[in-house]
Amino acid sequence: MVPVSYYLVLSGILFACGVTGFLIKRNIISIFMSIELMLNGVNLSFVAFAAQWHALSGQVFVFFVMVVAAAEAAVGLAIIISVYRTRDTLNVDQVDLLKL
Amino acid sequence: MTPDLHLWLIPVLPLMGAVINGFFGKKLSRQAVAGVALLFSGAAFVMALSVAFRFASLVMPHIETLATWIRAGNFQADFAFYLDQLSLVMLLVVTGVGLLIHIYSVGYMWEDAGFYRFFTYLNLFMFFMLTLVLASNYLLMFIGWEGVGLASYLLIGFWFTKDSAASAGKKAFIVNRIGDFGFLIALFLLIKHFGSLNFAQLAQSVKPLSPETGGAGLLTAIGLLLMVGAAGKSAQIPLYVWLPDAMEGPTPVSALIHAATMVTAGVYMVSRSHVIFERAPMAMMVVAIVGTLTALFAATIGVTQTDIKKVLAYSTVSQLGYMFIACGVGAFSAGIFHLMTHAFFKGLLFLAAGSVIHAVSGEQDMRQMGGLRTKIPWTFWTMTAGTFAIAGIPPFAGFFSKDEILWRAYQASWVYWAIGLFTAFLTSFYMFRLWFLTFFGKYRGTAEGSHDESAVDPHHADTQAGVPAPHGQGHGGIHESPMVMVIPLLVLAVLSVVGGWIGIGGRFEEFLRPAFSGSLEGFSPQEVYHGHDRELLLMVISIAVAALGFFLAWVFYYRNPQLPKRVAASLGGFYGAVVHKYYIDELYATLFVKPLVAGSALILWHGIDQDVIDAAVDNSADGANEVSDVVRHMQSGNVRSYAGWVAAGAALVIAYMVWMGTR
Amino acid sequence: MLHLILFLAFGAVCVAGAINLLVQRHPINGALSLVAVMGSLAVEYLLLGAEFVAAVQVIVYAGAIMVLFVFVIMLLNAGVEEQTKGSRVALLFGVPGMLLGSILIGWVLLAKGGDASVPVGAMPGAPKVIGWLLFHDFLLPFEVTSILVLIAIMGAVVLASHPDADQGKKES
Repeated sequence: MVPVSYYLVLSGILFACGVTGFLIKRNIISIFMSIELMLNGVNLSFVAFAAQWHALSGQVFVFFVMVVAAAEAAVGLAIIISVYRTRDTLNVDQVDLLKL
Repeated sequence: MTPDLHLWLIPVLPLMGAVINGFFGKKLSRQAVAGVALLFSGAAFVMALSVAFRFASLVMPHIETLATWIRAGNFQADFAFYLDQLSLVMLLVVTGVGLLIHIYSVGYMWEDAGFYRFFTYLNLFMFFMLTLVLASNYLLMFIGWEGVGLASYLLIGFWFTKDSAASAGKKAFIVNRIGDFGFLIALFLLIKHFGSLNFAQLAQSVKPLSPETGGAGLLTAIGLLLMVGAAGKSAQIPLYVWLPDAMEGPTPVSALIHAATMVTAGVYMVSRSHVIFERAPMAMMVVAIVGTLTALFAATIGVTQTDIKKVLAYSTVSQLGYMFIACGVGAFSAGIFHLMTHAFFKGLLFLAAGSVIHAVSGEQDMRQMGGLRTKIPWTFWTMTAGTFAIAGIPPFAGFFSKDEILWRAYQASWVYWAIGLFTAFLTSFYMFRLWFLTFFGKYRGTAEGSHDESAVDPHHADTQAGVPAPHGQGHGGIHESPMVMVIPLLVLAVLSVVGGWIGIGGRFEEFLRPAFSGSLEGFSPQEVYHGHDRELLLMVISIAVAALGFFLAWVFYYRNPQLPKRVAASLGGFYGAVVHKYYIDELYATLFVKPLVAGSALILWHGIDQDVIDAAVDNSADGANEVSDVVRHMQSGNVRSYAGWVAAGAALVIAYMVWMGTR
Repeated sequence: MLHLILFLAFGAVCVAGAINLLVQRHPINGALSLVAVMGSLAVEYLLLGAEFVAAVQVIVYAGAIMVLFVFVIMLLNAGVEEQTKGSRVALLFGVPGMLLGSILIGWVLLAKGGDASVPVGAMPGAPKVIGWLLFHDFLLPFEVTSILVLIAIMGAVVLASHPDADQGKKES
């Protein structure tokens, strides 16, 4: 028997890694992948709670999260392509025109 | 029950005339504008007459309430109108003399480009004055009070492009305001202590009180403050300085507002407040003293003035002083009697002076006149009637009213009588001086036969809206005024002759007696003192004094015209002071006006407006600028820093929630 | 017992993949380690009894989204990322904040989590049941997300289309 808290700790670790990646990485695509990592961590906690409380709606929600993540990934990558075409760089530190 | 006379129509009719002329007058023809103005003021006069005819059948006082205005707790003030003998007299005087002056103005102002504006203001003035006279409470009266001040300002500064006229209007309004301050404080005291401003209710509350013989007390304070207001409006010491300057306005304005009606509002108000004054002997003494001093003071100045209108202005101040002497000794009906006759003859004098000025193409300096009696006979004869009336020569109107005042003043104290008598002598002297200088001797001016622009007095340069029109231009020489101006002169001249006869045998006083009921038992001034013989003696003395004035004026200004200069030279400095009006204007300027203006510029303008208000706004804007200058560095455009902030913030929120959850 | 061993094994793979994503300098390496994470997460889902979710995870996440990532990386020919000094704030405030947050959450979950444990296969996540829920209780979100996907498709096509080709199409 695995206590639910173990799954939640694993989810937390994945989420923390995702946030760290977002803060540290400079490549836009790497940042995006960190975001996906965060989403996955959250998915895991949803499923864990669904199992703990015997509520299948937790798994349904994971479904929706995945759909949204897919849509987001598609549009986000399209934007990255546009950015690469105009700015000719994938370094997020060099895409900083929107400043005061 | 009580018949509804629709008293409210009497003020409202001229108001309608003012509104019509005000909004549409620019597009209407001159005849239409004049027609509207005359129609509405004439209608007001007709209504006043009809009220007079039905007077005997009414119960006094007749009060008509139009609508409730203010109701705050126990205090109530309504739009209500109060008709009794006193207000009837004032009503007839205001509407009657007002109508005559309206007719006169049609001729006088015909060539002025601001014709419709003049009649708008004139009708507006009538509205406010009638409100003042008919009001049944002090608050509505105060509206009329302020309104006539406004109309006076508008009309004095009618030719507003002239600096002196605009300044005179401002001066009148501001000095009036000072008086109004006193009036307002009196009203506040009345509200606080009696809870009402209604004349009828106040009479009820005040009648049971005993007179404050000690000299200090609530009623004395109220009386003195009311007198301050009256001094401002009726040009008494120390607030008379605006009236001579008010001569900048057109002559009909001087006649109506500054002779016949507005300046008498103070006398009316004091008479209305007689229940208060009768119970405050100290205040009444102050009123009498102020009136006496003002009468003398103004008369001395009037002797030396060379502008025909200024002489009449100081004469008005002096005659108003007489009215206040009457009120101050308790002879309120005598004061009102003099008010009525004064309206007739002073109105006549001003209108006739206007006619003279019209005849000599705008010249107002008497030294440039002379020998006009053959050239403008109608004006001459009517002005003669007015001069004899004001000098107090029987059987003209002024004699009866002035004599009544002197008799009652004598009964109070011989000092009042003596000063009043000397002033009567001066009045006769300077009025006949005016008469001789203007109409007799050889013509000393330049308007005879002048056709071209070069002979124009700098006073009246052109016919634009802001400046009076020279009537002599193009008419050629000295000419009589048109009939539309002469007829009012005739009517007023007749009134100046017969108007005093109503007072013979005390009939006028009997008529007004019910209006002044509420006098204390045994207060009624010493009527049976001294007896009838003394009264006859005093009458003879005042006639002699008037005749002496005539004789001296004849000597100085007809027989030996060089005499005045020699006397003036021998009096030296004193004469100089009198000619310069005792330098009072300069004194006020140094004491009050200049420090006030300097203080305002320093404290209010620089200190508060610039350094506090402007600075607050500017500095807050600068502060916002600086804060944003610091904060904008947060918007670096770098996604990672944004993420860093988000993470830090999220950590704080989580910490807070955990802390709340585990507390 | 086996349950625990499997959990720990695949959990380790997850964490290793995540850390590798952080460490690798070339994005393609990160993408591939992310695929590994997805896969082991699918096994974790199976251990929790969510069969359908595990299958969808592999098909959609690992099979579609990550492939999309890899395509884009190859398309853009992204090289090794440079080490630019972009933001002090991110490192100064972000990382400690993240650490603080995760430590707090971890502490709360472990201290207050309770003893509940999940046996293998206790909660059947059969497709039939999920389908029933999806089309019954969650019909509206389902429809809305389908519209969302449609919009995302259109957006992606418009954003990523070649500008010259687009104008050329317009003129012709």
